[in-house]
Amino acid sequence: MEARFKADLVTGVTRGKKHESGDKHVTGAATYVADRLSFANQLYLHAHLSDYAHARIKAIDTTTARSMPGVAAVITAEDVPGALDIGPVYGGDPLLARDVVEYVGQPVVAVAADTADQARAAAHAVRIDYEELRPILDIREALEREHFVLDPHRQERGDADGALQRARNRIDGELEIGGQEHFYLEGQAVAVMPTEDDGMLVYSSTQNPTEIQKLVASVLGIDMNAVTVDTRRMGGGFGGKETQAAGPACLAAVVANRTQRPTRMRLSRRDDTLMTGKRHPFLARYQVGYDDTGRLSGVIIDLAANCGYSPDLSGAIVDRAMFHVDNAYYLGDARVTGYRCKTHLASNTAFRGFGGPQGMLVIEEIMDRIARGLGLDPLEVRRRNYYDGAARNTTHYYQTLEQDGLLDEMTTQLVESADYHARREAIDTFNDAHRVLKRGMALTPVKFGISFTTTFLNQAGALIHVYTDGSIHLNHGGTEMGQGLNTKVQQIVAEVFQIETDRIRITATRTDKVPNTSPTAASSGADLNGMAARNAADTIRQRLVDFAAAHFRITPEEVAFWNGMVYLRNETMTFEALIGLAYQSRISLSSTGYYRTPKIHYDRDRAAGKPFYYFAYGVACSEVIIDTQTGEYRLLRTDILHDVGQSLNPAIDIGQIEGGYAQGVGWLTTEELVWDESGRLMTPGPATYKIPAASDMPSAFHVDLVESRPNPEDTVFRSKAVGEPPLMLGISAWCAIKDAIASVDGHRTHPVMDAPATPERVFWATRSVSDASTSRPARHAGSERHRSDRAVTE
Amino acid sequence: MIEFLIHNTLRQETRLDPNLTILRYLREVHGKTGTKEGCASGDCGACTVVLAEPGDDGLRYQAINACIALVPTLHGKQLITVEDLAQPDGLHPVQQAMADLHGSQCGFCTPGFVMSLFALGKNAPEGGRANTVEAIAGNLCRCTGYRPIIDASLQALEVMRQREWPADTFDADSVETRQRLRKIALGPDQSLHDRLNTSHLPTTADEVADCLERHPEARLVAGATDLGLDITQQHQTVSRLIHLDHVADLQAIVFDDTSIEIGAAASLTDCHATLAEAFPDFGQLLDRFASTQIRNRATLGGNLATASPIGDTPPLLIALDATLVLRRGTRQREVPADGFFHGYRRTDLQTGEFIERVRIPRKANQRLFAYKVSKRLDDDISAVCGAFSFALDPASQQIQRVRIAFGGMAATPARARACEAILGGAALTGDIIEQACAALNHDYSPISDARASQDYRREIAGSLLRRACTRLQDNHEPLTVTDYA
Repeated sequence: MEARFKADLVTGVTRGKKHESGDKHVTGAATYVADRLSFANQLYLHAHLSDYAHARIKAIDTTTARSMPGVAAVITAEDVPGALDIGPVYGGDPLLARDVVEYVGQPVVAVAADTADQARAAAHAVRIDYEELRPILDIREALEREHFVLDPHRQERGDADGALQRARNRIDGELEIGGQEHFYLEGQAVAVMPTEDDGMLVYSSTQNPTEIQKLVASVLGIDMNAVTVDTRRMGGGFGGKETQAAGPACLAAVVANRTQRPTRMRLSRRDDTLMTGKRHPFLARYQVGYDDTGRLSGVIIDLAANCGYSPDLSGAIVDRAMFHVDNAYYLGDARVTGYRCKTHLASNTAFRGFGGPQGMLVIEEIMDRIARGLGLDPLEVRRRNYYDGAARNTTHYYQTLEQDGLLDEMTTQLVESADYHARREAIDTFNDAHRVLKRGMALTPVKFGISFTTTFLNQAGALIHVYTDGSIHLNHGGTEMGQGLNTKVQQIVAEVFQIETDRIRITATRTDKVPNTSPTAASSGADLNGMAARNAADTIRQRLVDFAAAHFRITPEEVAFWNGMVYLRNETMTFEALIGLAYQSRISLSSTGYYRTPKIHYDRDRAAGKPFYYFAYGVACSEVIIDTQTGEYRLLRTDILHDVGQSLNPAIDIGQIEGGYAQGVGWLTTEELVWDESGRLMTPGPATYKIPAASDMPSAFHVDLVESRPNPEDTVFRSKAVGEPPLMLGISAWCAIKDAIASVDGHRTHPVMDAPATPERVFWATRSVSDASTSRPARHAGSERHRSDRAVTE
Repeated sequence: MIEFLIHNTLRQETRLDPNLTILRYLREVHGKTGTKEGCASGDCGACTVVLAEPGDDGLRYQAINACIALVPTLHGKQLITVEDLAQPDGLHPVQQAMADLHGSQCGFCTPGFVMSLFALGKNAPEGGRANTVEAIAGNLCRCTGYRPIIDASLQALEVMRQREWPADTFDADSVETRQRLRKIALGPDQSLHDRLNTSHLPTTADEVADCLERHPEARLVAGATDLGLDITQQHQTVSRLIHLDHVADLQAIVFDDTSIEIGAAASLTDCHATLAEAFPDFGQLLDRFASTQIRNRATLGGNLATASPIGDTPPLLIALDATLVLRRGTRQREVPADGFFHGYRRTDLQTGEFIERVRIPRKANQRLFAYKVSKRLDDDISAVCGAFSFALDPASQQIQRVRIAFGGMAATPARARACEAILGGAALTGDIIEQACAALNHDYSPISDARASQDYRREIAGSLLRRACTRLQDNHEPLTVTDYA
């Protein structure tokens, strides 16, 4: 026993323990919603989607559909017993369209039948008579006509106009940034079981069980206490299941309520991509002033987001874009304005980074342009603009940075470990020697604010039971979507009780266990739920300490938990022995835990405050090779140094960093959403929408965590959030591609290129740079003209 | 009736809709839900399962997309899914490495990766990064960024190599499994049907011809990588199918110094070695043709008969002067690949006629260059695919013969005749090359779509021609990004 006492826990915090479901993933035993056993009498649901981007519904004919085999229910907006609107914050999202449709893919009618095939066939047999209305599809038109889902908002510090007038150098520009389909491998799915007392048990693939509970109650017109939502795991979420899992769940609930039969709905890949929103495309316009060293003195930046037809989460998403338009740089005097444009597309929604990536891309574009104008290495310009010292450590929304030197240290470290300067020379040599293929490299930083900017969401709960055999049942309000949250929370509880995680059973997130939870979003899953679970565990542990001290007549300080054992002055006993003793002595072995983030506040009217508890930092260096004759490219090497404070689980954190980087690279390279002129998405599946494959990742891929820099804030075991920040490390690949293009002209001309950098865009940008270098008139400024002539094919 | 093994259990099916996919069969008939649907279009690999069939010696393992493969394909084969891999002493090495090295995050794509790596272990036990990347090019993961999956592959295959034969229970059972599969009669008149729909499973070309004459409305199905989409994406039901899976003489590949003949139902995987040896660029193009899972099922004949304007092999076959042997009943005729395509998805095939084999002549001095440009390097469809066949006069260095064909530039794969006219008989100078590029604008009026704009397609066609000409001039400067790992 003494030997055991001297060893450490194998599965406590800071250990690279594998995913709690890893063995189940690899054997196919992990159950997702669509894998659940069918209930007897089960109904399958299929929605009839709008074919028009904007139209008035004149008549809906469901006669044929109702008469088809197996059909049990056909519902329209009129059949929703409670509230029709399932909008998460502001409203505006009808469960089924009533009177008008506002995007291609909007559900209008839902059909339930005995089999999925029957439901689909009947849904297709629904006939709707439309009167077509003119859609607004283009963000420029929406902006010009002030066609907004929410009012514009501004953050302002100092006198940006004056700063620009006084500046030695000035550039103006515009950048279009594409959206991104989540492409979670598991599409939206729900299974609903009516329960007694008119209640509903809802198995949903959602990041937000409480919101599903609230909305199911709302559409049915019943109390929340009649609805239980259960989420064991998702096959990926990435923000796409934060609000938009609600539609299928509420539709299934309405049908289940009406028929009193269990009902399930699983969206096909095509329906999923048509029905649900994506990352917001943005149009950014900027004017910046800077000195001869490249240091910014003032910026005026307009960020216009293409929100789709309804607000959804666009309020907070555009706010976050504005919060991150500084990325790691002191902007000087700044005026940042956010516009939330309404278009007749699916309602764009949360996606890893939540507007932050779009804001950041704008300032990184600006850094590159400044550098090319001044003939400097873009890295030099970036470093000169880093926040530093007392005078330059406050953001444009008046939050003071606490770790302002960390990023510079990290940059120095990565420059060395990635061998930046020698490789820069090697790249120049290569480019001189090669006519067709060119290499490029970029090192870019990330500073990402951690906390929901909607302050009240920064709270969480947990529930822990210790059973008499010493095994533990753990539940918390966060959801598992692959990010390893459950594993981390398990490790946290293991650490508190000093027992291995195999004694701690993680269970499905359920609204009847932990109520009123926030979505698992904003990278906050472990920060909030980990702390709530720690608090629950601490409560039980303290009871055990107090009991043991009294029972063994020792002081509480003499009770120590270590590696499955409990140390009691001169004797030891196993954890489970102490639990048995405590139970027999009538000690409560169950507790809830609760946590709310301290210190944060934000006054949106003044656009000032401390919206973020802390910042997470990262730096990435990417090298690419491009083919100037076709625009094709390949990532050759990536080096990343990322800050997770003291890591709860280095293996999981590195997984998040690599995966986030890959997703960011995809967003900015091959993932292109294309709509036709009638507003129909032309890339509704993986045949046309290309997320990165294995060969798109660099064969040299080095990821390190910053060592010995625990979070200065009192987070759970001094860790930092890791979900979203690494996505923006992918910006380095985008900048590296531009670097390679710019090499065609000796880095004198900044390539004008919108995101994503598809091979086609790279081709045209290269063409325009090489045209500029031979002083012929530019034939293709950007890719706008090529987008407009896109047409339907195949 | 069809017969097959699900892992080690013999299964016979008589009454089933032959339109049923293997994925739905597993999930809905057997409740085996480890295999996932991610896209139902053969693009994401979440549904990957492995089929084993008797090979020349031992068993041959192939990863396929269960989401678009149809149940009759299983006849005479062993179906292996992620639930079947576990070993008596625990997880299969592939599973163990994937779990231990953090190869899964959300876990939804994981069963597909596990199965692709399992097949890799059987087919290329030497492992390695390049083989792994190729094996998983058709498996999309949205969580990991792939690095830990590649590491898991390297570790798992190392573990397998270190074991004495057998490395797992599949090896241990292989002799018995092979015997059991060979016992399954592949005789005539096998079929699978339900009340409405029928599938025939002929075993000889004669039977195919006969069956198609009797049922001219039937659709031939080889790999179902295109027809499967009609079923899962367009929700069509095909009432009569003729499966070519078991027709050995339509899968034969024979070659000598003068020609290569490939049975129309030979899979692209099976064609690869022969074509790559004769025409290295053909091999490289096939490496970028869809994914391993698709190439294991897709056939040369299918790629021709579907007559897609963006099929990748037709431009190469046209450039190589390939001919197609068509058959109807006992009558055969031979048509050039060049004349086979009549319009968008329309071919020269008459009612009741099918492609029996493809004949590719081998000519002295001939060099083939072929390139595709797509948004993503792997597992993507061409925006433009260009194929260039040249014969240079060794003495004069003039172009004796030239054939150029493109995909993605017109409603069908098509020759660049104006361009050929300029190059034919000419010496390869910069001026000539630019004239030839300009001539492409006479040859093609490409369209804009979600993959590329027409202007880009025009420019790229010229770029590919220039690239081919550079190669013809024996310039060894690397010209493609795929030359770099």
